Amino acid sequence: MITVKNLQKNYGPLRALDNVDFEVQQGEILALLGPNGAGKTTAMKIITGFLKSDAGSVEIDGELLEEKSLLRLQNKIGYLPENAPLYPELNVWEHLDFMASVHGIAKEDREKAIREAAKTCGLMEKLYADVSELSKGYKQRLGLAQALIHDPEILILDEPTTGLDPNQIIEIRKFITSLGKKKTIILSTHIMQEVEAIADRVVVINKGRLVGEGTPESLGGQDSVHCTRITIKGCPKKTERHLKKIKNVDRIEHRPSKEKGVIEVSVFTTEDMRSDIVKALALAELELLEIISEKQTMEDIFQKLTQK
Amino acid sequence: MIQINKDKFQALVRKELRLYFNSPIAYIFLVVFLLLSSWLFFRTFFLIGQTEMRGFFGILPWIFLFLIPSLTMRLWSEEYRQGTVETLLTSSVSVEEAVLGKAAGSFIFLALALLLTFPVAISLSFVGNLDWGVVLTAYFGALLLGMAYISLGLFISSLTRNQIVAFIVSVLVLFAFLILGDGIVTAFLPNWLGSLCKTLSLGTHYNSILRGVIDTRDFIFYLSFIVLFLLLNVQTLKTRR
Ligand SMILES: Nc1ncnc2c1ncn2[C@@H]1O[C@H](COP(=O)(O)OP(=O)(O)OP(=O)(O)O)[C@@H](O)[C@H]1O
Ligand SMILES: [Mg+2]
Repeated sequence: MITVKNLQKNYGPLRALDNVDFEVQQGEILALLGPNGAGKTTAMKIITGFLKSDAGSVEIDGELLEEKSLLRLQNKIGYLPENAPLYPELNVWEHLDFMASVHGIAKEDREKAIREAAKTCGLMEKLYADVSELSKGYKQRLGLAQALIHDPEILILDEPTTGLDPNQIIEIRKFITSLGKKKTIILSTHIMQEVEAIADRVVVINKGRLVGEGTPESLGGQDSVHCTRITIKGCPKKTERHLKKIKNVDRIEHRPSKEKGVIEVSVFTTEDMRSDIVKALALAELELLEIISEKQTMEDIFQKLTQK
Repeated sequence: MIQINKDKFQALVRKELRLYFNSPIAYIFLVVFLLLSSWLFFRTFFLIGQTEMRGFFGILPWIFLFLIPSLTMRLWSEEYRQGTVETLLTSSVSVEEAVLGKAAGSFIFLALALLLTFPVAISLSFVGNLDWGVVLTAYFGALLLGMAYISLGLFISSLTRNQIVAFIVSVLVLFAFLILGDGIVTAFLPNWLGSLCKTLSLGTHYNSILRGVIDTRDFIFYLSFIVLFLLLNVQTLKTRR
């Protein structure tokens, strides 16, 4: 479990983190979501003990992260830094061997740990390849394997799926989801689908401040605008006139569709008014071809939260 | 109290040596060093006809002046530029262990380079009367001097992401420490300052060892120099956090 309280970090005059609080439970996957320069990487560097914060605290399993607990707590963490930095001079095996050794894995257990991490990350056929010859996706896998080598209970993954092809992205996400059942995971991303696909909870950061928090679903629910999109055969003016009579209608937008005589209308209401809309249209003898309740996408939420 | 975990330290040293030997730098270094040194050996031998290694050891500080910064320049700069320092310093090794691991890796490499010049010394001893006492003392002095260079070069590498900058600054600072005790420098200084310069000079102490005896003062000077810059290195890494 990780508790982050009032985290603050300045780079010279720039405040990269400003009073950021959040918590992650064991068995939970938390996504740090935010635009470029929001402070996600900075927060991760502080949680892993690479950077010191200027104010605030990080607790791991109830223990304060500080100079004297640093090495012990770091051993509980597996960290994949942004862009998976690696030594170009080493090969895959040497990398994993190094990480296993510095994490205190005994000599006789090292080979097993290396093979296991390589297998889970799909690296077996590249076990003796030089890092400088690996493709970006394989580098990312090696970075992940390094983070997993000592079977840590906490994983901090900074943009774990950047640079991977769509198949690999799906694979790695599945893998993270399966890990997330037992481990505590924080990952950062600016990809909305990623949040929806794997995160149990999201923390949205913008310009160093926390601007939203909740489950991917509840973040959308914080807003009370409903949008119902309907496709109708009929006259736009008449349609609008009838729709305006419905309760809770805020705004109506319509545009012609590709088909002749067919229009698409978006009805914005303060509550879900789908059945009223259908009834009103039937009463006015307007032909309803399609009705879609448009949920707010993560993109919308993201934009709304980060463009203030 | 600094605690060093033996296994972690070994892993760090092994990694540093792998970084050397898995890249061409190590071999270029060794070839250049051996070519230069054997040439200097045999030049004194054939020109003066003397079986001694003064020429070689005398010029060693100048060879080191360029070769050692070329080894140490990338040690921290590259870790920072590539970002590997993040994995390194979050993998539950202490900053002290990380610094010592790098210093030890480079020291082993340097010792190996000096060891490879040994066959030349041995062959000299066959043709003439080589004073092994003087030669071995000189080797010991060269190790101390080289380690002092490494310690300073490593420290300077921790100040910048740019290895070329690290190289140039290291050469300049080492040059200053080397000639600090020279007559040319001290002649223009007041007496007390001149003798201070001599005490702080890497060159003065080395020349004193080359005479064939190891004075504890020389030994303590090098030891303090090495420890000082290793500690400064630890400090810069900690403040860069
Ligand atoms: N070492 C540094 N020195 C100075 N400023 C920095 C440093 N590292 C980050 N910053 C600044 O701090 C802010 C937060 O950066 P950070 O890398 O944490 O953002 P991020 O959310 O990870 O962005 P991205 O999505 O682009 O990775 C940015 O404005 C960045 O320019
Ligand atoms: Mg980032």
